[in-house]
Amino acid sequence: MYDFAYHKPGSVADAVKLLTADPEARPISGGQTLLPALKHRLNRPTALVDLSGIAELKGIRKEGDTLTIGALARHVDVAESAEVTSAIPALARMAANIGDIQVRNRGTIGGSVANNDPAADYPAAVLGLGATIVTDRRRIAADDFFQGMFTTALEPGELLVAIEFPIPEKAGYAKMRNPASRYVMTGAFVARLRSGEVRVAINGAGPCVFRQAEMEKALSANWSPEAVANIRQSPEGLNSDIHGSAEYRAHLVTVMAKRAVAEAG
Amino acid sequence: MNVVVPFEGIGASVRRKEDPRFLSGRGQYTDDIVRPNQAYACILRSPHAHAAIRGIDTAAAKAMPGVLAVFTGADMAGIGGLPCGWQIHSKDGSPMAEPKHPVLAEGKVRHVGDPVAVVVAETRAQARDAAEAIVVDYEVLPAAATMEAALAPGAPAIHEGAPGNICYDWHLGDKAATDAAFAAAHKVVSFETSNNRLVPNAMEPRAAIGDYDTATGEYTLWTTSQNPHVIRLLMGAFVLQIPEAKLRVIAPDVGGGFGSKIFHYAEEAIVTWAAGRLGRPVKWTADRTESFMSDAHGRDHVTKAELALDKDGKFLALRVSTLANMGAYLSTFAPSVPTYLYATLLAGCYTTPAIYAEVKAVFTNTVPVDAYRGAGRPEATFLLERLVDIAAAEMGMDRIEIRRRNFIPPDAFPYQTPVALQYDSGNYHATLDAALQAADWAGFEARRAEAARRGRLRGIGCSTYIEACGIAPSAVVGSLGARAGLYEVGTIRVHPTGSVTVLTGAHSHGQGHETTFAQLVADQLGVPLAQVEVVHGDTARVPFGMGTYGSRSLAVGGSAMVKAMDKIIAKGKRIAAHLMEASVEDVEFDRGTFRVAGTDKTKSLAEIALAAYVPHNYPIEELEPGLEETAFYDPKNFTYPGGCHIAEVEIDPETGQVQVVNFTAVDDVGRVINPMIVEGQVQGGVAQGVGQALLEQAVYDAEGQLLSGSMMDYCLPRAEDLPPVGVATHTTLCTHNPLGVKGCGEVGAIGSPPAVINAVVDALRDYGVRHIEMPATPQRIWSIIHAKRPAAAE
Repeated sequence: MYDFAYHKPGSVADAVKLLTADPEARPISGGQTLLPALKHRLNRPTALVDLSGIAELKGIRKEGDTLTIGALARHVDVAESAEVTSAIPALARMAANIGDIQVRNRGTIGGSVANNDPAADYPAAVLGLGATIVTDRRRIAADDFFQGMFTTALEPGELLVAIEFPIPEKAGYAKMRNPASRYVMTGAFVARLRSGEVRVAINGAGPCVFRQAEMEKALSANWSPEAVANIRQSPEGLNSDIHGSAEYRAHLVTVMAKRAVAEAG
Repeated sequence: MNVVVPFEGIGASVRRKEDPRFLSGRGQYTDDIVRPNQAYACILRSPHAHAAIRGIDTAAAKAMPGVLAVFTGADMAGIGGLPCGWQIHSKDGSPMAEPKHPVLAEGKVRHVGDPVAVVVAETRAQARDAAEAIVVDYEVLPAAATMEAALAPGAPAIHEGAPGNICYDWHLGDKAATDAAFAAAHKVVSFETSNNRLVPNAMEPRAAIGDYDTATGEYTLWTTSQNPHVIRLLMGAFVLQIPEAKLRVIAPDVGGGFGSKIFHYAEEAIVTWAAGRLGRPVKWTADRTESFMSDAHGRDHVTKAELALDKDGKFLALRVSTLANMGAYLSTFAPSVPTYLYATLLAGCYTTPAIYAEVKAVFTNTVPVDAYRGAGRPEATFLLERLVDIAAAEMGMDRIEIRRRNFIPPDAFPYQTPVALQYDSGNYHATLDAALQAADWAGFEARRAEAARRGRLRGIGCSTYIEACGIAPSAVVGSLGARAGLYEVGTIRVHPTGSVTVLTGAHSHGQGHETTFAQLVADQLGVPLAQVEVVHGDTARVPFGMGTYGSRSLAVGGSAMVKAMDKIIAKGKRIAAHLMEASVEDVEFDRGTFRVAGTDKTKSLAEIALAAYVPHNYPIEELEPGLEETAFYDPKNFTYPGGCHIAEVEIDPETGQVQVVNFTAVDDVGRVINPMIVEGQVQGGVAQGVGQALLEQAVYDAEGQLLSGSMMDYCLPRAEDLPPVGVATHTTLCTHNPLGVKGCGEVGAIGSPPAVINAVVDALRDYGVRHIEMPATPQRIWSIIHAKRPAAAE
């Protein structure tokens, strides 16, 4: 780890001011991605802006058809929240199966979504539910937010404040873990919204979470595991590594989508 | 008042004496030790698999804050290379190629992680910052990252003096007899397999502190070692030329080794030498990334094996040809692993009359490979137990029946195999029967059918294995190329009040020696367990020792203690005879009490000890005072644990994921001192065996970069990967050591991988699968399933 300055602002405005003034400063919440990178000297920020003291970033609340989760909600908070469990049980189950206990006790939803690791869990829920990202300055639809590997619509200095999830009629998530890292090798989040819209988001398989249009269409016509069982994902453009080729991941897209629908009921 | 003393001798599952300090964070590991005025070393390692060093510019690094010194290979050029402790001779009688293994690279680097320079600074961070400022001018050379690449025509030469990158081309057995048996065989079954390369990953990374006392000229090295006396010998005599009396090596609490901490590593010599140069203690601690690229790896064989059978399924002959990866340099005991710890095991539990094995050891641009839990024996067992299953399938025979038909019968011991070893005892039918029953082998088909209804492919597999451990008779291993004796040393010090200190040359790094050895001594001397202290791991306290590996601690180290206790008892009888005015021949000793036979005259061990240290009424003319004895025990033979492991797996055919759902181990480890510790050793070994079978693989790319260089890509078994492991023992006693013990440290890792793979192949029987390589990862299984529709469905 290299030396860095440390700030702990008390408000979103102060945090944004610090981050805007220094383009080499980085926000940190649970640190589950940034801290290992710092320890391996892969990252050399001038300053860390610790978000943990900002009350505006906390809290989970249900209002009408919307569940709003503050950026600082840890995975364990989401997993154990009565609001999440009753409104979007698939999201609570997802949170309960991220990483291990240590990761869930530190990692936050805002950090995971802003980082947009292709092997992270939350981006699939955000895209699969068509959530809205609330930042210090605007609201961004999930479809516009995830732009590529570790790339989002967030501008330099822009802070993710909360995520608004529409409460769906039903939703499910299934994933195959990378045997070594236990990150997602391929996952599928499926949802039928109250509007009737059906969304399928695939994570882990490609460089960025993406929607599977063919499956969405099939599930719109027939919400059942069988509806997606024979839809083949093209391996083109998917990730390939020593644990899973693009072909294997493409196959898993179908298997996980099928299982996610079965889980959603 | 009656005090109930729980039985704590041989056979009692006594809780481990060492655990309170480990479980409460009060262990003292090397990195916990902070010496006054301690400085920190950071090793700059090669990022290239193969490169010439055109120059090293250390000027910027030397000018950095806190930097005390920067050393390169040129600074250490006067000292010796890291020695190899075993010399193999090739078929033609020529000695193996034994290129120098410099402590710091001299002109060339040969694997990613090869040490190039060292920075010593006031803090760890300063040392690391400065290491990054060293500029090395590398001329990158083509790399041979695999044995195939190293053996290809025109392959890059890794060492001068190792033409064709061959270390040795060795063989064992009767080729003519084997070839003749094959020519006359009813059936020949053959297959090719690789044994996957593993990274040991002890929980505690390696660490070392060198210290130099300018007043006495004495060096001290604290190191994460399984054998501090061996390190003192190797480093003192061959690398740094420090006499034993001026070099103390301490291996304090050590958090796991699995073989990887047997060897003498460059960092030990670097910190010791640097401490002398700087007059300050120098500490180095590996991070996990360094462990991956600098701890000796394990296994890595490519083998072709053929089995000749008669029409009844009797094995007539076995022919094996193996390529063994040595990595870039010869690690301390590397040459012995694919030869005398491997080919000698190819008889297994079977009466195969003719065996011929050829082994070619190959240099590659990878981390050195050496002994890892099981060392050679898992490789032999895997190919043999896979081959037996394949033979059964192709002969149309039952997998159990073909084994029974070929077992060495219980009344045939001692049994001389055609590959040098003589097994002293065993009963393979008994361990097989017990395992079949415990695993409910007979009821398996119902479980397979039930799993099929859930969409799961269920399979069962067994392995019946033998291993050779308790190494070893010094004269035998000497004739085979070992450059060391392999006896062990034990000292029993009975203190004036009757409490006992045991000094052992064995070293505990997870095995529970402090408990097992104390139980042994408590049992034999009749001293309460709490009054027996076991000391190990310090060359200044323990007279000598060869250390812990090869499941030898109890069989060899424990036997040394027994011999020393025999001397204590003999001397005690003479003191007791004097005190009780009896003749020595009439004095008996039983669990702490000396008695004049046939009388009620007794003396306790404590009374005898007091008399020995306060010799007022003592046979001083004929007996020295004191009650302390040392024995060196050199074993007469290896020991031969064996047994049967049965694995049951379920495969998710959609994802290819394998789950081990049942595991049964019935092992014959000889006499058991502490059943709980044996169970733990077997379970730990099985976990590593399941890891090898399903999860673990060190992967290099063509340029020699280690792709699986962290836990992100190297898959160690977790709790969720393992079923409860049913462990039972069936004992036949070792016939040649005083305790009848055989050893239990490696059986789990040796017996389990083929059991798991045999179960996976069984689960996939409808897919026409003949063999699956390790690790049987989800992707590998899925590829097989999707390449072949079930044979039954065609």
